[in-house]
Amino acid sequence: MELTIISGKGGTGKTTVAVALSDLIQNAVKADCDVDAPNLYLYYKGEDVEREPFSASKQAVVDETLCVDCGACESVCRFGAIAGHKIDPFACEGCGACALVCPQCAITLDDQNDAQIVLTQTQKGMLSRAEMAVGSEGSGKLVTLLRKNARRVRKAEEWIVADGSPGVGCPVIASITGADLVLIVTEPTLSGLEDFKRVAELCGHFNVQAAVCVNKFDINPEITETIQTYCAERGIPVAGKIPFDEAVPRSINELKPITAYKNSAAHEAVLELWGRLQEIARTVTGDT
Amino acid sequence: MNVCILSGKGGTGKTTVAVNLSVLLGADYFDCDVEEPNGFLFLKPENVVSEESKVDYPVFDKQKCLLCGNCAGACEFHALANTRQSILLFPELCHGCHACELVCKPGAISYAQRTTGRIEKGEAHGNRCARGVLNVGESMAVPVIRKLLGGLPENGNCLLDCAPGTSCNVTAALKFADAAVIVTEPTAFGLHDMLLAAELLETRGIPFGVVVNKSDGKDEIIESACTARCIPLFGRIPFSRMAAEAYSRGKLLANLPEYRAPFESIAQSIREAFAWN
Repeated sequence: MELTIISGKGGTGKTTVAVALSDLIQNAVKADCDVDAPNLYLYYKGEDVEREPFSASKQAVVDETLCVDCGACESVCRFGAIAGHKIDPFACEGCGACALVCPQCAITLDDQNDAQIVLTQTQKGMLSRAEMAVGSEGSGKLVTLLRKNARRVRKAEEWIVADGSPGVGCPVIASITGADLVLIVTEPTLSGLEDFKRVAELCGHFNVQAAVCVNKFDINPEITETIQTYCAERGIPVAGKIPFDEAVPRSINELKPITAYKNSAAHEAVLELWGRLQEIARTVTGDT
Repeated sequence: MNVCILSGKGGTGKTTVAVNLSVLLGADYFDCDVEEPNGFLFLKPENVVSEESKVDYPVFDKQKCLLCGNCAGACEFHALANTRQSILLFPELCHGCHACELVCKPGAISYAQRTTGRIEKGEAHGNRCARGVLNVGESMAVPVIRKLLGGLPENGNCLLDCAPGTSCNVTAALKFADAAVIVTEPTAFGLHDMLLAAELLETRGIPFGVVVNKSDGKDEIIESACTARCIPLFGRIPFSRMAAEAYSRGKLLANLPEYRAPFESIAQSIREAFAWN
């Protein structure tokens, strides 16, 4: 079972839920697919057993000794990345159009060392993660590789729990396509609702089974109701509802799963969520 | 002056800070978080006009195409494949760079456009506001962000509400930034991701400061990191369940009596730090 956790809106509690589920699931392989702002790995100490450089993008580099400043490169660049034969590394998309037209062959495309792909052996199973250079591109490809790594090290029947990124774009698409089940963690705010609808639509678009967890559901009972109605109309199961609970920020600061706070309301809710998710997982795999 | 609002981590309160400051500073608001734009839920703009955001893609003239495959060879994004019967395009991978056209000897390639999102512009609280909206199912947000920010006024005072993270969606907006504000929260996650955002701004030489949202009054975790790196703290927004509920309904926090002073103080810090007039 490959479970990907996404949210649309950031900060709704993806990582909190991912860590809690990973704690409840025996030998889950974890994948930190929020490569831009990875937080899942902060919970786990372990030993890096594999580390590889990863380059998803290229960048144009001008050899000043060959350049005759003809301006051909600047005239073909669609991204406004060249001014007076100087390349703006943040605007360059590495398409190579400039290199194709340079009469002096002064421009080459260099691989960017965007990230390190890492497999970490933790005390609770493997963690597939990346260390990404800030401002770099290619997070979709990176996410695909992290999921591939997680599948490679998983033993039969083991779950993969992938913590995705906010949004609906490239990295999110890469994290849900082909997943067995997507858990959308949302919150009952107008922003949460709006963004939830967009990711729910995205799951539909890519034909991935979604389930929903409403976090801090008691902050706004009416919007929680709206989310539930929306789900009922579209056949999306609501797998859990977690109340607003002071234990959650505390658990983040102490870097422990919420399941370590046995008397908390959030712990209780996560146990129910896990029970319901197992039922949904069985229907997804056709196992009864 | 264009000030980017970013956070690293999602959900720390970028939009909360951006919309409230837009009102207090009298600044135009641009929602660059085109994957999940939420600022309009709070600003509730009027007279909204919408315009499609499009990207180029190549079209092949079968009469002229020799199926040489030069185009597919030149495409760095693997958006083209030569099947020997035709050239196949994967439109969602195409960046619209026109490299294929440059290498096509028989001149078989022309360009058409497809819509991947929209730009909406309106007015709220006497300021202009605009947002980009990426169509669901599209993977590339950057062209929509570029199109949105192509409409930035010259010599205006603008707040750019950015996407979470530190990758291309954020750098596309930073290209236009004169200064920035990082919104964080006093948690281990907030700190970790704030430092990523700070690193990005430092590499670009953009001056910035930090706002602590959901402050519990004990923000040591953020304060000590800011002190160690000489990052100015522009202010803090206290956490309260009342604020969370007001936010959930799309209300502007600066309109709550308890929240007026903290936002005024942040606005003042920004005016002073960036010589904002």
